[in-house]
Amino acid sequence: MRIVGPASLLSVLLLVACAPTTTAPPSPPIQPQFHAVAESSAALDTSPTDIAVLNRLSWGAETSDAQLLRREGLQNWVNRQLNPSADDGLPADVAAQITAMEIGQKTLVQVNDEVRDMRDAAQAKKGTPDFDAGQKAYQQKLNNLAREAATRSLLRDLYSRNQLKEQLTWFWMNHFNVSQNKNDIRVLIGDYEEHAIRPHVLGKFRDLLAATVVHPAMLEYLDNFQNANGHINENYAREIMELHTMGVGSGYTQNDVQQLAHILTGMGVNMSGQPPKMQKSQRGPYFGAGLTLFNPNRHDFSDKLFLGITIQGAGLREIDQAVAILAAEPATAYFVSRELAEYFCCDAPPASLVSSMAATYLQSDGKIASVLRTLFASSEFKASLGQKFKDPTHYAVSALRAAYGQQVILNVQPLLNWLNRMGEPLYGHETPDGYSMEEAAWSGPGQMETRFEIARMIGLGHSGLYKLPQDAGPEPAPPPLILQTHYYEAIAPNLSPATVSALNKGQNPADKNLLFLASPEFMRR
Amino acid sequence: MRRRHFLTAALSMPFLGTAGRLYALPAPSAPRLLIVFMRGAYDAANIVVPVSSDFYYAARPTLAIPKGQALHLNNDWGLHPALKDSLYPLWTKAQIAFVPFAGTDDLTRSHFETQDTIELGQPVGGSRDYRSGFISRIAASLAGSDPIAFTSNLPLSFRGAKPIPNIALNFTGKPAVTGNDVELIQAMYQGLELAPAVAQGFAVQEEVYQVISAEMQAANRNAVSPKGFELSAQRIAILMRDKFNLGFVDVGGWDTHVNEGSADGYLANRIGELGRGLALLASTLGDDWDNTVVIVVSEFGRTFRENGDRGTDHGHGSVYWVLGGKVKGGKIAGRQVGVTEAALFQNRDWPVLNDYRGLIGCVLQKAYGLNSGKLGTIFPSVQPDDLALI
Repeated sequence: MRIVGPASLLSVLLLVACAPTTTAPPSPPIQPQFHAVAESSAALDTSPTDIAVLNRLSWGAETSDAQLLRREGLQNWVNRQLNPSADDGLPADVAAQITAMEIGQKTLVQVNDEVRDMRDAAQAKKGTPDFDAGQKAYQQKLNNLAREAATRSLLRDLYSRNQLKEQLTWFWMNHFNVSQNKNDIRVLIGDYEEHAIRPHVLGKFRDLLAATVVHPAMLEYLDNFQNANGHINENYAREIMELHTMGVGSGYTQNDVQQLAHILTGMGVNMSGQPPKMQKSQRGPYFGAGLTLFNPNRHDFSDKLFLGITIQGAGLREIDQAVAILAAEPATAYFVSRELAEYFCCDAPPASLVSSMAATYLQSDGKIASVLRTLFASSEFKASLGQKFKDPTHYAVSALRAAYGQQVILNVQPLLNWLNRMGEPLYGHETPDGYSMEEAAWSGPGQMETRFEIARMIGLGHSGLYKLPQDAGPEPAPPPLILQTHYYEAIAPNLSPATVSALNKGQNPADKNLLFLASPEFMRR
Repeated sequence: MRRRHFLTAALSMPFLGTAGRLYALPAPSAPRLLIVFMRGAYDAANIVVPVSSDFYYAARPTLAIPKGQALHLNNDWGLHPALKDSLYPLWTKAQIAFVPFAGTDDLTRSHFETQDTIELGQPVGGSRDYRSGFISRIAASLAGSDPIAFTSNLPLSFRGAKPIPNIALNFTGKPAVTGNDVELIQAMYQGLELAPAVAQGFAVQEEVYQVISAEMQAANRNAVSPKGFELSAQRIAILMRDKFNLGFVDVGGWDTHVNEGSADGYLANRIGELGRGLALLASTLGDDWDNTVVIVVSEFGRTFRENGDRGTDHGHGSVYWVLGGKVKGGKIAGRQVGVTEAALFQNRDWPVLNDYRGLIGCVLQKAYGLNSGKLGTIFPSVQPDDLALI
């Protein structure tokens, strides 16, 4: 492949061109062990507002983050959440576990090479008795890669000190949803989260959008790798406008969708490990980075009229231009602000709130942290504290944080299972719209009953979280003692008399845990 | 025991687990209604195939179902061969009708927007009330209706003033939270908005477990157990036979932009599974199939011409299905037009000549005798079409 230095391209595309490589030798796998973490004995005298803000900006309030917030003061803590340091403050064994992962040790290209070799080797055995075993090993490899990604993501949700950043990582993964169930996206999903989404979650929306436009996970998921001059596939173009930027009904036309599809022609992937088998193009350079390939031979070089703006046929630069136009659209500012408000504040956020966030978006060149600052300073945000119904991921992760604080789990599989049961599997939403953030989507009778069953399992304490998957025998973990944590002491004054009365009737710690995690207060954040 | 009683009884007594039918059957005069939503916009033109249209074969050089392979419906239409052993027998028994050129007046070509349009059933263009879905309004209009969504999440169509239960069909095990804890949890929710949902969640999980486990024990000696949608359909049939009479289920995976296949391939596999599931539903319902109506919808059709990737993009008109033991089937129903290039909507899609509200309204009117006033509360300002199916 002829890699051309794309001097005129967006910096984000350059960034992809120098996607991180690591030469460190693989470390031996970490064998985490169960160990109890002692809480600081100092009681928390955190104010109810502090705890409520912590609960909203984090994956769920727990003792050690509450202590941190108290030491720093609310304002400093919020500022740090909006400007997180590079150090996520993960417990050392969690950080080591993440570093040791295959997806942390190898580049996406290396991983893809290995996967492809496995697949080819398995295919070559077709018709022999070894075929099934090869296929199974190949599928297992893909599952392991996706599971590593899910593990990394959930460990950060549980233990990172940059809690807002981790919430936003989930939020933007959901906004730019791809499903790991399509094609071989299990190979790509970890890299997508790590390199396309997570570095930009508090930055400029344009950079975030651009990073998704050039990522192979998105290009495969929404079929743009098939979109070529003379073979137009408008799937991705439509969803960019409808779901990623402007929102449906915001004024664009079917013609704009088609024009964007033409602009996106040639942007695809090369998973083969070989230089693309193509003639030298007279029209412009190939652009390759990682598994992404812009192929000028597949691009429509005619001029386009997109959202009333003429875009001259120029190859990759057209995509750049389209991304900039879309990111600067007032409709995008409003649509993105509304989604943020829905996630971090309330169902059906008032138009006045969304408009002021959108104004910040336009003034700040789409800086997400600034938009959030406007939201957090609003009266609507303050009024909403404790009211937002948790979606299943918030429910399960906050329950583990409340129950176990910083006592690191050894196995995320039970947590993944619970998310499946509650209908919100990680990386598992099949369609590009992502999961709903509204209460009505998650509070049906069957869903409430499922939550109570999960509350019971967590409350009992032996659900497999503290046992390595390969270990047989009973789990060494006793039931958590939620009602004896400082976190509980801090929120207890806010519990309703009905909840307190039920908790008093709980017959043992496991029962009390169940009742607390099943309480109306714990369903909200 | 009817659920009305059950809800109060569940709090005060342990559940009486016995095999067999526990509940009074729905009143025989009230037919069961099941709505099946194919989310993702299935490629209707390759399932109910316009075999007499030369334009169809010209527009789909790689995708078209070869004439000889389409199952004969009438001189103009054929059925996808993957449905040969499942839905085609229902056609020959005149228990299924197809309604081509069906859909909505929503022109966004957005899956999500148009699914919402259908599920809300409110006029397009007005402001939407997301707390009022059309099945919830049906439930409110039909005395004695016992609604349920066979989905892990509560669909938009079920949102409304009264909570409607949902149940994930792959988790129908024995409820784990029981006894005293049920009581204490309900006490915490007393007086809150979620209280009815919490009470119903406990009750329905228990009911479903009882019905399904009794049936499965009885059926276990039969060898192969079904999987995927077939398993879901079997459970739906059991639950609708013994308990619920207004149901909803959705089936995804129809968004075939790429390599959708023809007589074989991806879409053939998907539609084959759906067809087998519906056939199993019919056979499991047994005699009660005669008192059941199933309506199959999808948000829109796909581009009539295939795209550059052996797939199809978002279009407009679709084909809806109406099936049931006493449905006047064996026909292609509704307003129709010849399948030519000139007939295409915006020169790309099938037009919509049969509005989904007219179709569903017609079924409701004929099957339940709903008057126009009640129909108007379900689908404001829509006239039911008389498609002569019931």
